[in-house]
Amino acid sequence: MTFLDFEQPIADLEGKIEELRLIGSDNEINISEEIEHLEGKSRSLTESIFSSLTAWQVAQLARHPQRPYMMDYVDKIFTDFEELRGDRAFADDPAMIGGIARLDGQPVMLLGHRKGRDTKEKIRSNFGMPRPEGYRKACRLMKMAERFKLPLLTFIDTPGAYPGMDAEERGQSEAIAYNLKVMAELKTPIICTVIGEGGSGGALAIGVGDYLLMLQYSTYSVISPEGCASILWKSADKAADAAEAMGMTSDRLSELKLVDQVIEEPLGGAHRNTDAMAEKLKQALLDNLKILQQLPEDKLLEQRYERLMQYGQYKE
Amino acid sequence: MSCSAVLYQADLERNLYVCPKCSHHQRIGARVRLGFFLDAEPREELGTALEPVDALKFKDSKKYKDRLSQAQKATGEKDALIVIQGELKGIPVVAAAFEFRFMAGSMGSVVGERFVSAANAAMEFGIPLICFSASGGARMQEALMSLMQMAKTSAVLARLNRRGIPFISVMTDPTMGGVSASLAMLGDINVGEPNALIGFAGPRVIEQTVREKLPKGFQRSEFLLDHGA
Repeated sequence: MTFLDFEQPIADLEGKIEELRLIGSDNEINISEEIEHLEGKSRSLTESIFSSLTAWQVAQLARHPQRPYMMDYVDKIFTDFEELRGDRAFADDPAMIGGIARLDGQPVMLLGHRKGRDTKEKIRSNFGMPRPEGYRKACRLMKMAERFKLPLLTFIDTPGAYPGMDAEERGQSEAIAYNLKVMAELKTPIICTVIGEGGSGGALAIGVGDYLLMLQYSTYSVISPEGCASILWKSADKAADAAEAMGMTSDRLSELKLVDQVIEEPLGGAHRNTDAMAEKLKQALLDNLKILQQLPEDKLLEQRYERLMQYGQYKE
Repeated sequence: MSCSAVLYQADLERNLYVCPKCSHHQRIGARVRLGFFLDAEPREELGTALEPVDALKFKDSKKYKDRLSQAQKATGEKDALIVIQGELKGIPVVAAAFEFRFMAGSMGSVVGERFVSAANAAMEFGIPLICFSASGGARMQEALMSLMQMAKTSAVLARLNRRGIPFISVMTDPTMGGVSASLAMLGDINVGEPNALIGFAGPRVIEQTVREKLPKGFQRSEFLLDHGA
């Protein structure tokens, strides 16, 4: 288990427990009582630390190296996943995952970002930053979902769209903009879930739908805290302040009514118990899908449009 | 000014702020632009009642509230988009223009809502929509709310498209980030002003990412034309 800086007291305790366990298996002395006591202490310590996380700490959890990625959930929630690749025009972008699968037997279309777990996969998938061909592959699969009446489930986890020369040359802006337009009117239910980092337009390009869900310790913002800090504070060191100011956590965003449902994470975060997290996520997807599938198509689209038009706060 | 020639203000104005010596297109204010563009009458400004609010109580080195009142004072505008329904050589149109001097033409809730009123008017009267963009992107001080304006403006354009109402997007210097990656790139016809900087990521961010100097003309209108944007 990798612990973040603010989890150091928990890490120390867990280290002690581990030591005791080793002694326990080496010797005949019964120390299970002591272990139990320390485990209880570790739990309440974790509860207390996690009950008052700062936005910056949540941002670190959202990027935790062991945080479950889309494919971890796909393996646990869906069956018969078949990856579909390529934009049929230029390339296949590994930073974007797309494919068909079954959710409790029901066929669905899945889309999401791939960050990559080990170095090799991280480089191959460009650390989860798609290029235009990634968004165009996503668009192709959205339209296929519409054609075959497959509900579209998207899983957002990206630092942002790739800010590179090749991406600009091939029209990164257009690729994102076009997806926003397509998703607004796609004739099939769409549920978008932020499972880690929701980074700006690169997240939104697969993030327009009927419901927006967020895992408790995921984040969603218009720019990364580092980017915001370097522009507004002229120093990337102020990222923690920027994270706080932007209100990028699930609780702040649901207060602002930008998020429909926050899915609670296991104690210590999704990576501490991926099975339990997957179970909850699956239930949330099933529940929300059931509501959406009861709506006739025109009602579904009207409701989505009204929701999009309601975004924003101003004086009149 | 590009050629740094000394010009009379009156000459420049008569040439619609395009340098008579080197043809450089100056950045011009939204109201000045729409003033040149539309017939003198009829003109009706839309969405004038909308005013920005600081929903997040956002504060960096300055409060958003103070930045807003400063920008309002400096420009005389309530926010960064101006929408006027009028006529272009007798053809009824709805025209919108971004005011870059208002917090870098950034798109927040008011800009999004005004753009929607522009598109709604175009649909109601069955007349074309034209938008001149000049923007650094989404307004960070409105955080995720500003990101959602990308979805909102794109959604209204989807509807406009379906109704068969033309949308002409004119990208002026600069059109970047969230504005470029939503309404600006969704024109039936996309027009770029000569030498305007247009793109998703800013040149500085790209240089930091790829760790090399960008070639001359990168992300300029002519570059986009060559690359099929």
